Amino acid sequence: MVAKKKAAAKKKTAAKKKAASSSPGKKRGDLGGMKQERLHELLRMMLLGRRFEEKTAEAYAIGKIGGFCHLYIGQEAVTAGAYAPLRPDDYVITAYREHVQALSKGISARAVMAELYGRADGCSGGKGGSMHLYGKEQNFLGGWGIVGGQIPLATGAGWAIKYRGGDQVCLCFMGEAAVNQGAFHESLNMAALWKLPVIFIVENNRFGMGTAWERASSLYDIAQKAHAYDMPSAVADGMDVLDMARVVGEAVARAREDGTPTLVEAQCYRFMGHSMSDPVHGVYRTKEEVEEHKGKDPIRIFIDKLKDAALLTDGELEAMDRSAHEEVDDAVEFADNSPEPEPEALYSNVYAEENEHGRLFFDRKNRIAEGG
Amino acid sequence: MAEITYREALNQAMAEEMERDPDVFLMGEEVGQYNGAYKVSKGLLDRFGEMRVVDTPITELGFTGLGVGAAMLGLRPIIEFMTFNFSMLALDQVWNSAAKLHYMTDGQFSCPIVFRGPTGAALQLSAQHSQAMEATYVHYPGAKLVVPATPADAKGLLKSSIRDNDPVVFMEAELLYAMKGEVPDEEDFIIPLGVADLKREGEHVSMITHGKMVHVCLQAAQKLEKDGISSDVLDLRSLRPLDVDAILTSVRKTNRVVYVEEGWSYGGIGAQIADLIQQEAFDHLDAPIQRVTQADVPMPYSKSLEKLAKPSVERVIDACNRVLYRKKGS
Repeated sequence: MVAKKKAAAKKKTAAKKKAASSSPGKKRGDLGGMKQERLHELLRMMLLGRRFEEKTAEAYAIGKIGGFCHLYIGQEAVTAGAYAPLRPDDYVITAYREHVQALSKGISARAVMAELYGRADGCSGGKGGSMHLYGKEQNFLGGWGIVGGQIPLATGAGWAIKYRGGDQVCLCFMGEAAVNQGAFHESLNMAALWKLPVIFIVENNRFGMGTAWERASSLYDIAQKAHAYDMPSAVADGMDVLDMARVVGEAVARAREDGTPTLVEAQCYRFMGHSMSDPVHGVYRTKEEVEEHKGKDPIRIFIDKLKDAALLTDGELEAMDRSAHEEVDDAVEFADNSPEPEPEALYSNVYAEENEHGRLFFDRKNRIAEGG
Repeated sequence: MAEITYREALNQAMAEEMERDPDVFLMGEEVGQYNGAYKVSKGLLDRFGEMRVVDTPITELGFTGLGVGAAMLGLRPIIEFMTFNFSMLALDQVWNSAAKLHYMTDGQFSCPIVFRGPTGAALQLSAQHSQAMEATYVHYPGAKLVVPATPADAKGLLKSSIRDNDPVVFMEAELLYAMKGEVPDEEDFIIPLGVADLKREGEHVSMITHGKMVHVCLQAAQKLEKDGISSDVLDLRSLRPLDVDAILTSVRKTNRVVYVEEGWSYGGIGAQIADLIQQEAFDHLDAPIQRVTQADVPMPYSKSLEKLAKPSVERVIDACNRVLYRKKGS
């Protein structure tokens, strides 16, 4: 594994040199095998994600958003890079730090913000909240609140794709703490055994809430865990969108080819506390450590690379950021004006099919139904 | 009508539904090559192939979640638990994923999945293999719970469950698999969920029950008949949805109720039914509702202790005598 890591590092250096050598001429070209248009899309995704989460923090602070709320700030490159090789008909499933993953899959900022506000126009009708965003149309299989609970579901998406003979893939995101759950191991075994087109992406932001990875796992090297299931694995720099795109791109190609799953460790860092109710630093990490990592901001790194390669001007960047701000402001206004769910929504959609016969509910709903 | 076993009835239901709908597949431990731990899936692998009859590793949480994920994408999995005892390892996926999916997504995704396998005690399987899991499962809104007692019900209700667009927990019984009974031949023999079946009609007492306790109650009713007591034996068949009308009709007629179930007493199905009756038919009760359940202990291995722990014909008769204010043995 160490050798693998070194090789990856070497590759990265080579890529850097290549990028640097292309800069003197300032000729616009490709970066990481992607055209400028696609690269700009990824940057827009990251900027929108960052601005959205900043606004979310503000709204949470003034009580507009309730419950548990886990922000993605610092980890934007993981999702943008992982989405780079996706087609719209590919699937994504994830845990509960998922606002940006939902946005980037095409759910509107309005619908996501309205959901955080618990309003009727939210992407889950106000019934899910921050941890349970869904978008059927966008093949976004949602946010799941039990650590590791989404991983077996991802194998099911993979199974359904294989069952129907499709060539889509399913990305399954999880935090590094989830890999100690049984669900992770059971799922990797099934995915490898049956060749299910799932890419398991472990966002190793180093802390499961307040427990450092090294204090939670007997084996630090996450990618190695795939060896137990004879599954390909790779490590990606989760602060570098291009490295993420490269690593996940290879995994997606394998999955499309013959269903081979891959385990990807995305090494990243969250700049915020575990959730909005947790401190940014404290007993488990120092302020200095957080500041040091903030110095390696994934958005800044990407901007520098694009500028270096003459693929981005200051004007373009300003316009993109302004547009991200505007989209988020519009989303907040929309959420604020969106109505509360109707009281009838309390009992709607518990079942897809309410039987003609017999009683399904055993509480006051019966009396409501009978006018009592 | 043909006389077939409960096991064959389940097998026919699955085969017919798999024939009818290519999205239906069966997955679980030993369901394929081995033909099922209790031979319920006999011959299905040969008939439908490896993508549709899938032997899994022993990984309940994993394959249950796989089923739910596949259902999210529109397939209609039948997930077999070798017994519901083992399903405890998978409860996160049944409750947190399957049962809540439709609600949490506000109706965007549905979860047309069946979880099936035997519940309750067989013979001398001791504490970890003898649990009646109905009360555990009925608690969660979003899922349905079906407990068939006869071959005909097994077939008609399983076909309904497979066609249902919600997660259905379908509980069978080891001791019923070999039971024979008349089952209608027609291809589209369906019994809707939520309709109880009055398996025996009487006027003095209502035995309300589900699953294999139906047969214990029928035996008790037969013995009581000789004693001049006639009983309703109401088989609920599904516990969610629940045929409340059938319960209340019987209560209003006999005014005396005994609930019989294999599970434990505290928080049991009978507790819920008793609550429902006192809420909705209080004035019709002539005696406190009696319940017959498993003894409030983990199931012991010893044959004699196991017998003491399980509901029996004698205990059911005794409970009927109590609601009738008859002295024991009189």
